[in-house]
Amino acid sequence: MIRFDKVSKSYEDGVRVLDDVSIGIEPKEFVSIVGQSGAGKTTLLKLLIAEEHPSEGQVLFEEVSVHKLKKSEITNLRRRIGVVFQDFRLLPDKTAYENVAFAMEAAGRTDEEIAADVPHVLQLVDLEDKMTHFPSQLSGGEKQRVAIARAIINQPDVLVADEPTGNLDPMNTQDVVQILKKINDLGTTVILTTHNKGVIDNLERRVITMEKGKVLRDDAKGRYKL
Amino acid sequence: MKRMMRSGFVGFWRNSFVSLASVVIMVVTLVLIAVLIFGSAILSASLEKLRGKVDVTVYFNTDAPESEVLSLKKSLEAMSEVGSVSYTSREKALEDFKVRHQGDELTLQALDELGENPLGASLNVLARATSEYEGIAKFLSGQDALGGAGHTIIDKVNYAENKTAIDKLSKVIDSARAVGIAIVLLFAFISVLITFNTIQIVIYTARDEISLMRLVGASPMYIRGPFVVAGMMYGAAAGLLTLLLLVPFVWWLSPMTDAFGTGVRLVDYYRSNFLEVFFIILGSGVFLGASSAFLAVKKFLKV
Repeated sequence: MIRFDKVSKSYEDGVRVLDDVSIGIEPKEFVSIVGQSGAGKTTLLKLLIAEEHPSEGQVLFEEVSVHKLKKSEITNLRRRIGVVFQDFRLLPDKTAYENVAFAMEAAGRTDEEIAADVPHVLQLVDLEDKMTHFPSQLSGGEKQRVAIARAIINQPDVLVADEPTGNLDPMNTQDVVQILKKINDLGTTVILTTHNKGVIDNLERRVITMEKGKVLRDDAKGRYKL
Repeated sequence: MKRMMRSGFVGFWRNSFVSLASVVIMVVTLVLIAVLIFGSAILSASLEKLRGKVDVTVYFNTDAPESEVLSLKKSLEAMSEVGSVSYTSREKALEDFKVRHQGDELTLQALDELGENPLGASLNVLARATSEYEGIAKFLSGQDALGGAGHTIIDKVNYAENKTAIDKLSKVIDSARAVGIAIVLLFAFISVLITFNTIQIVIYTARDEISLMRLVGASPMYIRGPFVVAGMMYGAAAGLLTLLLLVPFVWWLSPMTDAFGTGVRLVDYYRSNFLEVFFIILGSGVFLGASSAFLAVKKFLKV
């Protein structure tokens, strides 16, 4: 489904953040990418959603090279990949409901669909009673759950979560991981980057370990080892 | 579309302070455009008026037979360059003279003492275009205009006298207009840049929202829409404000332009051409707002 084919990425200042990375991800997989800060985890995800371009190699989504897509096709690609960020990236002047609805509006869905789907997804992330709250009125864990709801509202094929638990306490971390597992069980491919050992060890799913821009290990049922 | 409009309206109200700044800047631009319209109208009117003053009057000798004068009038009227010819008979000329010098006893007395009408008939010729006078004047001074008996019946043709002065004035007005337009265009260009930058600041405050929209798969068109709508609203608000501000402005300026001898009362001009001015100002405002927003968002759409 997703293939990183000999991908390298260097910046203008000569820093090489990815070095000849080749990874394949199958549909409905739950893949964790672990590694220290600067290992290249986030860059990998940015390449997948065409936020950045590789210096060498190519990124394939369903056998189509992501970076050869036209602007309008990138828009369609991004609708098929939901993204959750470490810093939540919620719009501060929109309520939880509006933040989620916003992704549906952007995808051109009707008001009726929005009214039907948003409460349902907020229920899935246990936030049905905080729909009208603004981000400033929500805790870190709640904000991240709104962000997850926003990422899955358009029923993407892939959910990309970039350090989603990085700003959360252990309790909220567990909640978020459970939600990601639930989403994966419902059939969505999940790619999670993290450096939280506890999260990885409990998951018992595939783990790709990265170091200095290279893939160090790729274990089918991995644990967090650096 | 409905959503774009709604978000545009919301954006306009939410950033009310920055919106106000944008509107004020745009008003400056639009006032300059209005100045361009009015200035051009005044200069055109003065030029037209001056050009209208150009004519050729042919004065005939007192012994010129009326039939010959009338036949000359006919041949003038047959010329394609000639717009109209008006005939003033000797009697009418005398009558006009008397009316003109009504209070001037001395002159009237002198006229009586002469015993006969000293004034000749005259033909006043208006050309279709200013440039045609040269040909008409030439025709009159040539053989064609001679009376039937071979002697000339024309006393004088007053063309050359006012021609030089009017030519000079036309040139002055033409270059004044060119310089005026250049200055206004320069200022308009500067204020367009300022407007563009102001709107860019408005959009800069929403850059996170824009990049996030891109990442959740919003099309560039969907992202641009609300900003363009808000830009159009800035333009429309600025346009209406400008049209309102122009009312006291033309009232204040009107006596001055009138006294200047242009024959244009700015108030009347504004009133009679209101619809045209309305559409130009409002249209320019909306266009300026929309295009500024369109270009300003482009910068943040690269994600």
